[in-house]
Amino acid sequence: MHQTNALPAKAITLSEAAAALTFAILSFSSLIVAAMAHTSEYAFHAYLFAAGSLAAVFAIIDRYYNRPADKPALMIDGKPNYNMGPVKFATVAAVFWGIAGFTVGLWAALELAFPVLNFDLPWLSFGRIRPLHTSAVIFAFGGNVLIGTSFYVVQRTSRARLAGDLAPWFVVLGYNFFIVIAGTGYLLGITQSKEYAEPEWYADLWLTIVWVVYFLVYLGTLMRRSEPHIYVANWFYLAFILTIAVLHLGNNAAIPVSLFSPKSYIVWSGVQDAMVQWWYGHNAVGFFLTAGFLGIMYYFIPKRADRPVYSYRLSIVHFWSLIFLYIWAGPHHLHYTALPDWAQTLGMTFSIMLWMPSWGGMINGLMTLSGAWDKLRTDPVLRMMVVSVAFYGMSTFEGPLMSVKAVNSLSHYTDWTIGHVHSGALGWVGYISFGAIYCLVPWLWNRERLYSNKLVEWHFWISTIGIVLYISAMWVSGILQGLMWRAYTSLGFLEYSFIETVEAMHPFYVIRALGGALFLAGALLMVFNLWKTVNAQEAVSPVESALVPAE
Amino acid sequence: MPETYRYLAEFAQTWGLIYFVGVFLLVVAYAFWPTSKQRFDDAARMPLRED
Repeated sequence: MHQTNALPAKAITLSEAAAALTFAILSFSSLIVAAMAHTSEYAFHAYLFAAGSLAAVFAIIDRYYNRPADKPALMIDGKPNYNMGPVKFATVAAVFWGIAGFTVGLWAALELAFPVLNFDLPWLSFGRIRPLHTSAVIFAFGGNVLIGTSFYVVQRTSRARLAGDLAPWFVVLGYNFFIVIAGTGYLLGITQSKEYAEPEWYADLWLTIVWVVYFLVYLGTLMRRSEPHIYVANWFYLAFILTIAVLHLGNNAAIPVSLFSPKSYIVWSGVQDAMVQWWYGHNAVGFFLTAGFLGIMYYFIPKRADRPVYSYRLSIVHFWSLIFLYIWAGPHHLHYTALPDWAQTLGMTFSIMLWMPSWGGMINGLMTLSGAWDKLRTDPVLRMMVVSVAFYGMSTFEGPLMSVKAVNSLSHYTDWTIGHVHSGALGWVGYISFGAIYCLVPWLWNRERLYSNKLVEWHFWISTIGIVLYISAMWVSGILQGLMWRAYTSLGFLEYSFIETVEAMHPFYVIRALGGALFLAGALLMVFNLWKTVNAQEAVSPVESALVPAE
Repeated sequence: MPETYRYLAEFAQTWGLIYFVGVFLLVVAYAFWPTSKQRFDDAARMPLRED
């Protein structure tokens, strides 16, 4: 286009210059750390930091040369100019990490059934790939789903462009860099041995910076909103972001041995450490895997069903009672330990009270379909999300039950716990995420619809059978295991040796691995479907997202 | 140590209880305040609005 006016002079912004300089310094100092590192594994991580920071410097400069002189407009023709680039990245990353995490999980399950599969290699031992699996599915898959959907939902419900210029990209790229550090660390044997908080101090510091920026981007976008009311999904996302920050700082109060060593020691010890760990651990479930994904539920289910939220007032009560109760439930992970009895009872009591808000939320999600129940027959994506809410109801019924001390004395340390976690993780978190991704990909890439609804049907049924096989195998094996452990002979001796209980569980471990394989197969169908959605269809003439931002 | 424990336990069992019940009543009052009905009914439709 012919430009009559002189172009405005292009200048590097202060934030671009500061970010490039900071990354340059980080890159250089990482090289020094790499050179002085006590272990070669730590040196490897320092080199990763150096390479990543250097790539960031080049990316910032390259972006500067290719961008227009002016900042992207906040509004175009009276409509918000949404920034969907970071959302797209997080969506793709979520799918990638999902497949990786499910595959590693399947491998871990097969190792339990057939231990020979660790090939006597330290990197493939169960103790290393188990945290790789949990972190990959929770933090890499779930985390990218949460970051992506939260950036989408906050923009759409605020009718405002995402705050920050480099910041949203820093959040998605920096978070995924943390995932790479964490995952490679587990394989190389770097861990602080805290469940769901295995990464060592330097990875924790990096995540803290990323998370604070995430929080600021989210708040900044809300402050830009052109809607007077902050929609309830944003409350859940905000509670998730804020609480995870507090949990992460609290549970990682560790002092490194040296700047040049990956090893650190936590400032408290013994039972105090255990209590803080499970305060963290259970709220990772409550705020990462529950509150954040409830944010997804409150946006994507009404949107997909084309129905308003069943009761907005219930959603308010749901929100406040859920966050006020969840934070106290952690001690139920430490029944019959050195933790004082009253603290155990407190954890149990709050867990039982959680039935109320959990089921209130489930009812709210399910009843949002009132007047649109027929869509369950025709729309497999909506069905996936509704079944997800049903799984949420089931696992939040089972959880309080297992927190009761008498039940826990049978269930604790057995596979029942694993089955419970997976009915929440595969059923609730997995399905609501798949549903959100199936919605997001056509919206973000401006396609009229998914490539194939039939494939979504197949995904749904294959993985549902997988989940059912998984959790029922774990119920049987867990209760069997618990009963065998507590069985006495008439003379008062333990009836079974430990290895006999392990042998007894073998068939259930095989069934569990089969369930995991089906779940993975379903997810692979999703990848194919999404790939075809983007690449085998023309972009539609824009209706709703005419304003794909010019990044 | 037992003194500290008793003090904290008593505090939690009395003021803690009052605090939680109080917060819960505030939330319920906020959610069900009659004049906010219209506002919340509108908010329930927020995901459906297109720009």
